[in-house]
Amino acid sequence: MAVTFTLNGQSKTVEVDPQMPLLWVLRDTLNMTGTKFGCGMALCGACTVHIDGEAARSCITPVSSVAGKKITTIEGLSSDGSHPVQMAWIEEDVPQCGYCQSGQIMSAVALLAKKPNPTDADIDDAMSGNICRCGTYQRIRKAIHRAASIQTAK
Amino acid sequence: MAQTFVSLDRREFLKNSAATSVALLIGLRLDARGEDPAEAQEKPVPNPFNAWVRITPDNRITLILAKSEMGQGVITSLPMILAEELCVDWKQVSIAQAPTNPKIYSLGTGGSGSVAGYWLPLRRAGAAAREMLITAAAAQWNVNRDTCVAQDGGVLHGARKNFLTYGQLVEQASKLPVPDLKTVPLKNPQDFTIVGSELRRIDAKSKSTGAAKFGIDSRVSGMQFAVIARCPVFGGKVKSFDASNSKAIPGVRDVFTIDPVAKGAFSSGGVVVLADNSWAAMKGRDALKIVWDGGPHASESSESLHQQFLDNAAKPASVVRNEGDANTVLANATKKIEANYELPFAPHACMEPMNCTVHIRPDGAEAWVPTQAPQWAQDVIAGVSGLPHDSIVVHTTLMGGGFGRRYQADFVVEAAQVAKVTGKPVMVLWTREDDMQHDFYRPASYHKFSGALDGNGKLAAWKHFQTSTSIAAMWSDKGESDAPSSEFATAAFIPYQAPNYRVEYTLAQSGVPRAWWRSVEHSSSGFVVESFIDELAALAGADPLQYRLTQIGDDRVIPDFTNPKEGKPLNTARLKGVLKLAAEKAAWGSPLPKGTGRGIAGYYSFETYTACVAEVRIVDQAVKVNRLVYAVDCGRPINPEGVRAQVESAAIYGLSAALHDAITIRAGRVEQSNFNDYDLPRIAETPKIEVHVVQSTEEPTGIGEPGLPVVMPAVCNALFTLTGKRIRRFPIRSEDLA
Repeated sequence: MAVTFTLNGQSKTVEVDPQMPLLWVLRDTLNMTGTKFGCGMALCGACTVHIDGEAARSCITPVSSVAGKKITTIEGLSSDGSHPVQMAWIEEDVPQCGYCQSGQIMSAVALLAKKPNPTDADIDDAMSGNICRCGTYQRIRKAIHRAASIQTAK
Repeated sequence: MAQTFVSLDRREFLKNSAATSVALLIGLRLDARGEDPAEAQEKPVPNPFNAWVRITPDNRITLILAKSEMGQGVITSLPMILAEELCVDWKQVSIAQAPTNPKIYSLGTGGSGSVAGYWLPLRRAGAAAREMLITAAAAQWNVNRDTCVAQDGGVLHGARKNFLTYGQLVEQASKLPVPDLKTVPLKNPQDFTIVGSELRRIDAKSKSTGAAKFGIDSRVSGMQFAVIARCPVFGGKVKSFDASNSKAIPGVRDVFTIDPVAKGAFSSGGVVVLADNSWAAMKGRDALKIVWDGGPHASESSESLHQQFLDNAAKPASVVRNEGDANTVLANATKKIEANYELPFAPHACMEPMNCTVHIRPDGAEAWVPTQAPQWAQDVIAGVSGLPHDSIVVHTTLMGGGFGRRYQADFVVEAAQVAKVTGKPVMVLWTREDDMQHDFYRPASYHKFSGALDGNGKLAAWKHFQTSTSIAAMWSDKGESDAPSSEFATAAFIPYQAPNYRVEYTLAQSGVPRAWWRSVEHSSSGFVVESFIDELAALAGADPLQYRLTQIGDDRVIPDFTNPKEGKPLNTARLKGVLKLAAEKAAWGSPLPKGTGRGIAGYYSFETYTACVAEVRIVDQAVKVNRLVYAVDCGRPINPEGVRAQVESAAIYGLSAALHDAITIRAGRVEQSNFNDYDLPRIAETPKIEVHVVQSTEEPTGIGEPGLPVVMPAVCNALFTLTGKRIRRFPIRSEDLA
């Protein structure tokens, strides 16, 4: 079945099993590997993307459900690390292994779009679905606060 | 029993080839350093411009990374060492992964040994390249080379106009004889501008844009994807299967079996579903009908293992170490305690599930492997394919976590087996469930401690019996007779002076695979030793910090009992140093808010000294860790910010095993499968972590793991001050807090 959606501003049509999760369409069909596979059950957040601006777990999202929608992946934020959240991540030296960070950043971007100056409790709520096995949480928290001030300054 | 602790001779291992990779692993375990001195001596001296530094005429400088990056930061710290001696601007450099060439590199990455092992070799390589560039410049100018200096990626003579970039010099320099690495002049550490500075990770940007490529991101033209149905029971195998439903799924290309590889890689074998994409392969696997033969371990359970522990504890054990007469002193003592601790199996749970991409052609092979052991990966692909090593290119990719799990070759041997059948590039992908249920777990262990105090409250006898599912029993050439060598570490040479000191061991039998989990045996040894000394301090009515300092006593060095030949002795002054520093920074002894408890632990592992003060509360019958204050002495810190990041990481990793779930066994299989039943720490429960790094000038030592062993006892010792109860089993349950 052909499914058409907008990916990082570009129209894409894929011919795949409509039940195939968006994650695997991105990774295997479109070779967009920035979005990661972690659990396949929406438990870890490594696969987080934005669907029409909302953070969503692409590993449990059938591709048929995103027909006509706007998808943003980590590659769509910026290619040069110039998005405020990416800048904050680099400045706070957040990533270690880095595998979960695409998902962390996508969750953080969605949070900041709704709450430009989130409290620690807001951060706990919005980021609780994202696991980091390297335990970079303290730096993630600092980076979100930093990104908030970068965005405010802009 | 003492002879069982003699280190396996690494030189001997290294003489052997592919078949003894297992032995290489054991050797690595015994030697925290990744670089083996004997091995280094046997290697020919490579030209640094080929092996370590690549410079183009337009002065682009590429430094070679000969360890695997799994989050621990060697992609930044090791090139910093090279860049320092090379005298280049850090902003000028980029990094390339070393090829899998064991003639030049010691690629195996583990044991917190990368910086410690490569500190001197990389300084020498960078210095040799620098000296060659200076010689080339002096020749070009026809001046005395002593009047030339290297700086900022070029050589300077006199005024600034006599400046040639390395790019302008490299062609001549690389043809010069390589200086003797033993005598090549090294920089005075006082002149360091890169080593010791607070640099950001060089990979932070690519890991924040999605550009970083992990093993799972390998994409090769014409590649296929496979998943494997493995017997859920360890040691079981396929009896029969029906693939008709699987083959009907669009995208599924083939279904076939591969055999288990028992000795060495310890892979499970199973039924392979080959498909055009990952999703089709997973769906194809779901549709398989398989009858398994559970094999010899099908009745093992966590309950049966616990009973085995208790039975072993009631029987005579092997004596590992015995000084004085602990049994008699304990029998006659009036002030004494006993405490039994139990730790479950623990999974690595790397965020990137295991995977490996291999292409075996008739004339050679290429593989993309997220591995801590590229040489071993090359070995197993050679073994499966029958191809010579030098025709097998192994690309070491970034890893989404390693923690010891990716030192294994099971996921590599499987991919090689599949690739041999298909003849096309293929990725064998593990799902989270595969990863959780077919790990090599941190051993489960049971510890029975007895301690006695003399009339002054001083330690009179210390007795530690352990029974566990040993790592060495599974991996060592010596087999079960070597079992205790992997299970004690610092617990067999505690820093606390005990005139009567006895250590005993009994191997527990299990079919559950186990291997190196972050900090290996220190994860259990640190917990039990630092818990029991706290129990003794309480028995003596002493302050836990003061009691530790008193029992450690004078400044001295204590030999590594399990590895006297190669292990660095424990320096009590440095251990006391971190204990005092952590205590000072945490304001040890100052009043705390009601309901907050404070505990301390200090420990020596991977040649590094670590202390942690924990502040905890109990909220809704669960542990809430508010604050962790660390002091670490890992010798000269290459990048203090990287050191802090590793300690923060190890703290959370340790907390996961203390506060969260356990891997439990029923009917020979792991009961947990994903993050719903084995959850990991999340952001809301993350304490404030402060890491104070000792500005030491000693040789640098490990930091990826040493932060871990102290966090669990520090937290549990703090909980004791709130509840009056000791935590002696993991994970902590609500009834342990009441």
